[in-house]
Amino acid sequence: MDLKVPEQERHFREEVRAFLDESLTPEILEAGRKTTSVFAPVKEAMAWQRLLHAKGWAAPHWPKEYGGTGWSVGQRAVFAEELVRAEAPPLIPMGLQMCGPCLIGFGTEEQKAHYLPRILSGEDIWCQGYSEPGAGSDLASLKTFAESDGDDYVINGTKIWTTYAHHANRMFLLVRTRRDGKPQAGITFLLLDMNTPGITVEPIVGLDEVPEQCQVFFDNVRVPKRNRVGEENDGWTVAKYLLTFERGGQDYAPALGVQLQRLKQIAARQTTAGGGSLRDDPVWAHKVAACESEVLALSFTEKRIKSALSAGKDPGALSSMTKILGTELQQRVTELGIETLGSQALVWQPQALVPGGDEAPLGPEYALTAMASYLNARACSIYGGSNEVQRGIIAKAVLGL
Amino acid sequence: MNFSLSDEQQMLADSARRFVQGGYQAETLWHQFAELGWLALPFDEDDGGLGAGLVETMVLLEELGRGGVTTPYLATVVLGGGILRRADAACRARYLPDLMAGDLQLALAVDEQERVFAPENTALQAREEGGGFVLNGRKTVVLNGDQADRILVLARTGGEPGDQRGLSLFLLDPHSPGVTLTPHRLVDGHRAARLQLDGVRLSADALIFEKDAAFEPVRQVLDEAILALGAEAVGALSVLLDDTVEYSKTRKQFGVPIGSFQVLQHRMADMFMALEQTRSLLLAATLKTLEGHDDARQAVHALKARIGGAGRHIAQEAVQLHGGMGMTDELAVGRYFKRITAMDGLFGGADQHLAAFARG
Repeated sequence: MDLKVPEQERHFREEVRAFLDESLTPEILEAGRKTTSVFAPVKEAMAWQRLLHAKGWAAPHWPKEYGGTGWSVGQRAVFAEELVRAEAPPLIPMGLQMCGPCLIGFGTEEQKAHYLPRILSGEDIWCQGYSEPGAGSDLASLKTFAESDGDDYVINGTKIWTTYAHHANRMFLLVRTRRDGKPQAGITFLLLDMNTPGITVEPIVGLDEVPEQCQVFFDNVRVPKRNRVGEENDGWTVAKYLLTFERGGQDYAPALGVQLQRLKQIAARQTTAGGGSLRDDPVWAHKVAACESEVLALSFTEKRIKSALSAGKDPGALSSMTKILGTELQQRVTELGIETLGSQALVWQPQALVPGGDEAPLGPEYALTAMASYLNARACSIYGGSNEVQRGIIAKAVLGL
Repeated sequence: MNFSLSDEQQMLADSARRFVQGGYQAETLWHQFAELGWLALPFDEDDGGLGAGLVETMVLLEELGRGGVTTPYLATVVLGGGILRRADAACRARYLPDLMAGDLQLALAVDEQERVFAPENTALQAREEGGGFVLNGRKTVVLNGDQADRILVLARTGGEPGDQRGLSLFLLDPHSPGVTLTPHRLVDGHRAARLQLDGVRLSADALIFEKDAAFEPVRQVLDEAILALGAEAVGALSVLLDDTVEYSKTRKQFGVPIGSFQVLQHRMADMFMALEQTRSLLLAATLKTLEGHDDARQAVHALKARIGGAGRHIAQEAVQLHGGMGMTDELAVGRYFKRITAMDGLFGGADQHLAAFARG
């Protein structure tokens, strides 16, 4: 047992830092600072992806033959940490993190050859058609139906909470292809072009007044059968594969650590009624310390997962808890953000949050993002399998209840 | 970075688990510990010890915690032994062989009445006189104080309570004139004593470290004690969780096992996460201390705060989910509940350590 960092990893960190220092443009960095969601502003995020792609670093977690980097688990963690430290905007995950891995696992050679390079380069922007108005946590009850018609499927129905559907030119989606039997057994995984006739996209304005999510309507939308990934009625297997691929893939602690440090800097500038700085206020300090010690614990939980993966072992139960802990801490940190700023957090200037926009912030830039981050963070315990569903998974899969 | 046990460490864990499960003789427990080499674990090979480190102590204490074994290991080996390990060669040669053979019990007296636990808070006076020292004052909750052959007493030779300077540590024979020991039990079944010193005369060689310079070594030993306690807590908490999950699968109400109720499932999922986060902090604090990282003490504070917070959460839920049976002395859950409760009270509670963590 030890915490030693391999020499190779230390050099690698320097290499990553040097690259980030020279590559991140002021425009991209501004978008990074103004990102108040897991989804960064599209234009700058895609510009950043193109720069990373030119370096060969757009998809470190993909197998090397498809354009991955061949890095070790440790190197990938270093890279992710440095991205957070540099305040780079996160890349949009639907293509690189979600659709890509499904294609790598189940796509035909033709599909892989066509789509994977376009995902890497950012030529295609993907959205994920999973949830429906009647199918959220109970995803398998989805109703959007794909009727077989010769070489095509004809799709009718609707998808909701489709992030960035209004920016995307492609969608990967789950549709029902059989009405009888177990709900999971009649689902098929398809790829479609968002310009196909019959598709209507209606953005949904969120609490933060940003139309990040959409509802998508399908009215006799024709999709060729060669756009099916995996077998007909076996889409559930494809969708589930992503969970294996992602296992232990996301670390929450590095970003939370950076956010807490920033919060302390902000608090140091806030003067309390007694004349001291808020940072020295015992009640404030106690709350932040409680959060910080929890983040320290989470960082070691995440290290334990990586240690197991590096040794070729199954991290098992641990990976099921990081989504819950990471997102709930994210919510606590954003709460502390608005508490720390008090009335300054109420100043509402969504236009000033648009990178390169012409509305100047009335206060400091950090005050601008606090409320939008708080509002948006309410979503993170809902998406990706709500935290109640995640607790159910721990109860069943880990505790055997 | 690696969190796997070495083969030797795994063997230690296995043998400790077998020992604890195998039904041991409480009366001869300490000499069995000596025969197994556990009393020699943290001491240098030059002193006749096994030269093992904090990871080995962690491995052993987790198993003892799992077994709910009440032992003077913390007081004698971790606290007393931790002090002696840092003492000069003559002192080590005189006491360590007996300690490792199981023939010497120790205690460390730091706590004082109406004073929050902190070594620098010590008020008990040691006055220099005739080339030696005269000690006056009282120590409370001296773990293993009633059975210790020697008690290490932290006293003030200079400065005021609150000062880190001016603290000295004395090795006391409890049979010395002027010593009054009042033995008592702790809520978790451990033994302790109140120690009253009235004009107790000690020679200069009773001084363990340089005069006025005991703070730093005592603080290091207390850090190690928190790590040991953390390991024991992880062992005990895993039993509380396992027993609760098991009970909820067999206990039926409304015609079904209570573990089928989602409201209870989610609470047990939370207990599981709290346990694993505690284990993560135990690993963080142990390995950072072992490797001398700058933020090691921060991790120790975070761990102690968590033993209190997560410990209470898991232990209270365990009693609640066991219902009335959780309130009885019949089930193990009650015993572990009391041990976990005691752990928060030792060496400074959760709030105190979180405040120290906040100060950085």
